[in-house]
Amino acid sequence: MEALKATNIIKRYAEHTALDNVDISIPKGSIYGLLGPNGAGKTTFIRIINQIINADEGEVRINGDLLNQDHISMIGYLPEERGLYKKMKVGEQLVYLGQLRNLPKKEAIKRSRAWCEKLGIYEWWNKKIEDLSKGMAQKIQFISTILNEPELIILDEPFSGFDPVNANLIKDEILELREKGSTIIFSTHRMESVEELCDHIALINQSKKILEGTKKEIKDSYRSNTFLVDHKGAVNGSLGSNFELLGHEILEDEMHQSIIQIKDPSLSPNDLLQNLISNTEVHSFVEKVPSINEIFISKVEGGKNG
Amino acid sequence: MDKLFLVLKREFTSRVKKKSFLLTTILVPLLFPAIFGVIIYFMKKEDENIKQQIIQVLDESGKFDTKSTEKYSFVPISGDLESAKVAFTESDDYGLLYIPNFNLESPEGFTLYAKSNPNFSTINSIENKIESSIREEKLKVYEVDKEMLDKLKTNIDLTSLNISEGVEKESNAGISFGIGYVTGFLIYIFMFAYGGQVMQGVIEEKSSKIVEVIVSTVKPFQLMMGKILGVASVGLFQVVIWVVLMGTLFTVITGVLGLEMPQSAQLSEATEMAKNSPEADKVMRLIASIPFTKIILTFIFYFIGGYLLYGSLFAAVGSAVDTPSEAQQFMFPIMIPLIAGIVGMSSIINNPDGNVSFWLSIIPFTSPIAMMGRIGFGVPAWELALSMVLLILGFIGTVWLAGRIYRIGILMHGTKVNYKVLAKWFMMKN
Repeated sequence: MEALKATNIIKRYAEHTALDNVDISIPKGSIYGLLGPNGAGKTTFIRIINQIINADEGEVRINGDLLNQDHISMIGYLPEERGLYKKMKVGEQLVYLGQLRNLPKKEAIKRSRAWCEKLGIYEWWNKKIEDLSKGMAQKIQFISTILNEPELIILDEPFSGFDPVNANLIKDEILELREKGSTIIFSTHRMESVEELCDHIALINQSKKILEGTKKEIKDSYRSNTFLVDHKGAVNGSLGSNFELLGHEILEDEMHQSIIQIKDPSLSPNDLLQNLISNTEVHSFVEKVPSINEIFISKVEGGKNG
Repeated sequence: MDKLFLVLKREFTSRVKKKSFLLTTILVPLLFPAIFGVIIYFMKKEDENIKQQIIQVLDESGKFDTKSTEKYSFVPISGDLESAKVAFTESDDYGLLYIPNFNLESPEGFTLYAKSNPNFSTINSIENKIESSIREEKLKVYEVDKEMLDKLKTNIDLTSLNISEGVEKESNAGISFGIGYVTGFLIYIFMFAYGGQVMQGVIEEKSSKIVEVIVSTVKPFQLMMGKILGVASVGLFQVVIWVVLMGTLFTVITGVLGLEMPQSAQLSEATEMAKNSPEADKVMRLIASIPFTKIILTFIFYFIGGYLLYGSLFAAVGSAVDTPSEAQQFMFPIMIPLIAGIVGMSSIINNPDGNVSFWLSIIPFTSPIAMMGRIGFGVPAWELALSMVLLILGFIGTVWLAGRIYRIGILMHGTKVNYKVLAKWFMMKN
C-alpha cells in the first residue's frame, strides 16, 4: 500500500515545463528521498502534494484517495523557505499553526506544551520569536511541522539552514516518528546528506524522473565488482588478466591504495583477495559501492551521451 | 470558512495586542480633547484678564468720538504730532491714533502708531470706530434723519426647500457642506491608514517566509480575505473606542473646566431664543431635518465597500513585492483615484448636482469619498442605488483581481515585478 501515489504529473509554466509526466509512488512507512539538482522540479512536486498549486495533468492519491482538503490535517510540511511570525509568541504561534492543520485548540495547546518541554524550550513559551536565537526558532519551526502527528511528513531541504545540533535532533525525531508509522519525504539537492537516512529514492532531473527504487536496488544495479584495497607493497603487474587495476595511489609509510575491478563475473571477491594476499600485505579490503551522487552523475551524463 | 475565521482572529488579536495599537487608541482621543481643553482654558483665561488698552488720540479734526469700547479706551491728547509721538514712546499705552483735519468727502491720512505690529482685529475695530464717527458726521452735514435711515434698512431671509423626494424639506447648504467634507475626509484617511496596514501585513508575511506554510493549510484567497477583514475589524474596533473615549473625556474635561459643552450650550440657548425668535426656530428645524440615520448608514456602506475595494488592491501590491520600498511604484495608481475623490470634493460641495459630482460619485474608485460629499444635499434614489451597485461590483472585481495576483505573488521571491509580470500572474492558471 502506498502512502502517496502520483501518476503522470504534468505542470507547465509559461516558459518551461516544471514536471514532465512524473510518476512517484511512496510506500507507507518509508523514508523517501526526492533527489535532484536545484530547479529539477522537486519543490513544484511538493507544492502540488500540499495543494498550494494544482497539477495541469495527472493525479495524486494519498492512501488511495484522490488529494483533497481533508489531507491537509494529515500532512506536515517544512518548506525550504521557512519562517515564523516574528512578533508572535512561541505558544500562540504553535497553537495557531496547529489549528490551521485542523487540530482543536485544546489539543493544539496540549501538544505544543509537550513538545516544548521535550525539546527543552518550554521556558520560552511566552517569548516572541524575534527574541529567540536562530537555533531555538528552528526547533519551533520543526515542532510546528509535526504538531498534528502527520502521517506524511514532507521536508524540503531540511538540513540546509539548520545548525548541526538541530539537524541531528530532527534526524532522531524523524526516525522516531517513522517508528510510529509516519511516512517521510526528503527533498534535497545535497544527496550525500540524506543518503544514509533514505530507504527509497527517486532522482529527478530537468523535470523528469530518471530513476526510482529502494536505495539497495539502485545501488546494487550500479555495483561494478570494484574494490578498494589498502596494502603495503606494490601490486603492479602481478594481478593477472582477471583483475584490472583502475586506480592507484601511494600513501604514507609504503602504504598503497588501489582500486581493482574483477573482470571475470564468475570470480568472487575471495579470489581477488587470495590473489592480493599472495602478492602484498592487505590492510583493508572493501567493496567500492557508488554513492547516490555518483549514480546520479553517471545517469545524467549517460543520458546526455545517449 | 473556519480557516478564514482563524486567520481573521489572528490578524485581529495580534494587532490589538500591539503596543502601538494601545498607544494610538488611547493617545488620539486624549490628544484632541486635551488640545481642545487647553485652547478653551486659555480663551477663558484671556477673557477674564481682559484689560482695556489705552490708545491716545491726537484729533486735529475734532470729529472723532472718543467714547471707550470694551477693548479700547481712547484718551484725547493735544499738541503737535512730533511731540505726541515722543510722549507716546515714553508711555505704557498701546497706541497713538492720529486723526488729521480731513475732508469729509475723501477722508484720509489716519495713522495708528504702535510699539508692536497691531493685529488684524485691532486695525479692523479702529477702522470701524473711525468710519462710524465719519458716518455720524455725514448724517449731520446732509441733514439725514437717523430714524428714517434705520427704517430704510431691510433684512430678508431666503428659505430654500428641497422638493426632490416628494416632501418639502428645508435644506441648509452649510450643514450639508460640513457633513460632506468631514465624512468624505474620514473615508479618505481610513482607506489609506487601514489599506496600508493590509499591505504591510502581507509584505511581512512574505518576507518572513511563513507564507508557504500557511498556504499549505489555507487557500491563498482565504488568507488574503482573512487579513483584509481582520484589519477592517481592528479599524472598526478602534473607531468605536475613540468615539466612546472622546465623548467621555470631552464631557469630563469641559465639566472640570466649568464649561458647558459648546453644542449643548448653544442648543439650550437656541431653545430659549426659539421661544421668541423665528431665526433660532429655523436653526432648530434645520438640525432636526438632517437625515442623520441615512447619512450614517450611507457612511458605513461606503466605508466598508471602499475599504474592500482598496484593501484588496493594497493586498495585491503587498503580495507582489518583497519590501515596502518596492511597493511605491504600484501605490501611485491606487492613490490617484483616492486623491481625485478628495480634490473633487470642493467642486462637489459647490455644485452637488453637477456633472463632475455625478461621475465622481458613480465611479466605484471615487464614489466612497464623493458620495459622502453629496449625500447631505440629497441624492436622487436611482443615483444612489446605481453608485452602490457599482461599488459592490467594483469591490467584487478588485477582490477577484487581487486574489489572482496574490496567490502567485506571495510565493515569488526576488522577482523583478512590473505591470507585465502582474498581468501574467493574473492570467496564470492555478
